[in-house]
Amino acid sequence: MSFWDRWHIPIMLAPTMAVIFFLFFGGLVYGTMTSLGWQPLIGRTEISLDAYYNILFSPEMAHIFWQGLLLTVWVSVGSTFISAVLALLSALLLRRTFVGKRLATFLFQLNLPVPHVVAAIGILFLFSQSGVLSRAGAQLGLFDFPRDFPVMVRDRFGIGMMLSFVWKEVPFIGVIVLAILQSLGVDYEDLARSLGANRWQRFRYVILPLVMPGILSGSIIVFAFTFGSYEVPAILGVRFPRTLPVTAVRFFRNPDLNARTEGMAISIIISIIVFFLVLGYMWLSRRAIRQD
Amino acid sequence: MSKSKAAGQAKAASGERLRRGLHYAAVLLLIILLMTPLLAFLFNAFSFRWFYPQFFPNELSLRAWESIFAANSKVPEALLNSTILAVGVTISSVIIGLPAARALGLYSFRGKRIVEFLVISPTIVPGIAVAMGLNINFIRWGLNGNLLGVGLVHLVPVMPYVVLTLAGVFANYDPQFEQQARSLGAGTLATFWHVTLPAIFPGIVVASLFAYLISWSQYILTFLIGAGQVITMPVLLFSTASGTNNALTAAMSLVFVAPAILILVLTARYLSGKSSAIGGFGQI
Repeated sequence: MSFWDRWHIPIMLAPTMAVIFFLFFGGLVYGTMTSLGWQPLIGRTEISLDAYYNILFSPEMAHIFWQGLLLTVWVSVGSTFISAVLALLSALLLRRTFVGKRLATFLFQLNLPVPHVVAAIGILFLFSQSGVLSRAGAQLGLFDFPRDFPVMVRDRFGIGMMLSFVWKEVPFIGVIVLAILQSLGVDYEDLARSLGANRWQRFRYVILPLVMPGILSGSIIVFAFTFGSYEVPAILGVRFPRTLPVTAVRFFRNPDLNARTEGMAISIIISIIVFFLVLGYMWLSRRAIRQD
Repeated sequence: MSKSKAAGQAKAASGERLRRGLHYAAVLLLIILLMTPLLAFLFNAFSFRWFYPQFFPNELSLRAWESIFAANSKVPEALLNSTILAVGVTISSVIIGLPAARALGLYSFRGKRIVEFLVISPTIVPGIAVAMGLNINFIRWGLNGNLLGVGLVHLVPVMPYVVLTLAGVFANYDPQFEQQARSLGAGTLATFWHVTLPAIFPGIVVASLFAYLISWSQYILTFLIGAGQVITMPVLLFSTASGTNNALTAAMSLVFVAPAILILVLTARYLSGKSSAIGGFGQI
């Protein structure tokens, strides 16, 4: 066996693994060490959980963290769920044959390459108190002043962020579902119809189980992304509560090096939460699909 | 008898017409909802002194566009930086990922599932933790605040999609053709150029599309590693958006989005919604 025969797979994997290990895991491991107070550059080499303790329990920071966690979970879970439902409905609409289907499908996908920064600004233009919707309402005589329009961006409940995420993610999950639906054709449904299944039964027992894996994998990506997203909450959020990624970046950019440790600790907590939620979700959804 | 049958048919036909009408209305509503934010950019970009409660701007103006291309504008620099980064990240990620994709697509080996998990792991861990962790080391290695450092960090969210896309192509690839080419006397390079590359070309286009778009849209990684020195389009747009000049923000957004949409339109025919690579859109 020649050297190449024995080692070709590791050699082929090496460049990609180098990126994953040095940049991805390297960043995570070094970040974890920093969050544990290990900062050899300024002569701190003892390990402690002080930063984590401060974030979770200290009177100055605990409410920033816990309120932020609540907002982050609410916005990411809410946007993911709403996006998945609307994406399924949109895909069902676009699947049928109709005049202008190609154009509609093209326009449906048009926002896929639009970055989240731009999505957030678009929502700001539309939903701010002097935005397009408020002006439309004013034309109809519903509002006299911008302040009469309900606060829907830079609001405490993350409505603006959710609007922005949903706008971005409906076509994203929708395209995945649409591709599955189109590859299925109509055979399964015709079969179900010939066996006497009605409209709802065909949806529930034929279409849904077939598209579910696509919806789940799409929504995992959406959840992980929205939970760790910085741009959208930074543009559409308020001073309190802030989402965890926004707080983490703020602390991290603080000239005070202790705050830096705490910012790092928050982003490690974000990573741990997302990682375990995604694993749990995958496990649950695999089980659910198997049982269906 | 025949009369009631005809009536039944007429009823069914009108029911069908109603259903079709509702379907059209729903599609139209969906498209309007998705297009409105994009139209808001056009409104704002050409508006001037657009006072409340005017619905259409009374005065149209090119002021925002003039200031984008003015001598003191940072837009050209930002466009250049974004392009250098995206092109550099695209080329290097494909070169780095190609061998790994081939190994994952063609061979089964011990630990393959672990390797696959490692490759996709950056997609389920938010980038901010990685970028913050790298920040300090990058300062020490002189990679902080320059294009090289920022490009290296962009590789982290890009690699999973490049490798996944190309591995999917290699899974349907027959390496026998390479052996035939070699037995006919073609060298390694000639075989790659004339046999392998044409076969995997569609996959390379899709992988490059995602690499380009993910790098192009990246804000927070650039911000944390670029340390204010590397001005890219998203960085510039973000700081402009926190000001009050809506027209400028809108015009800049259009300049930023146009290349991304153009690239998608040009490469759309290689793209299938079924490929696992489509997940790359979730990172933009």
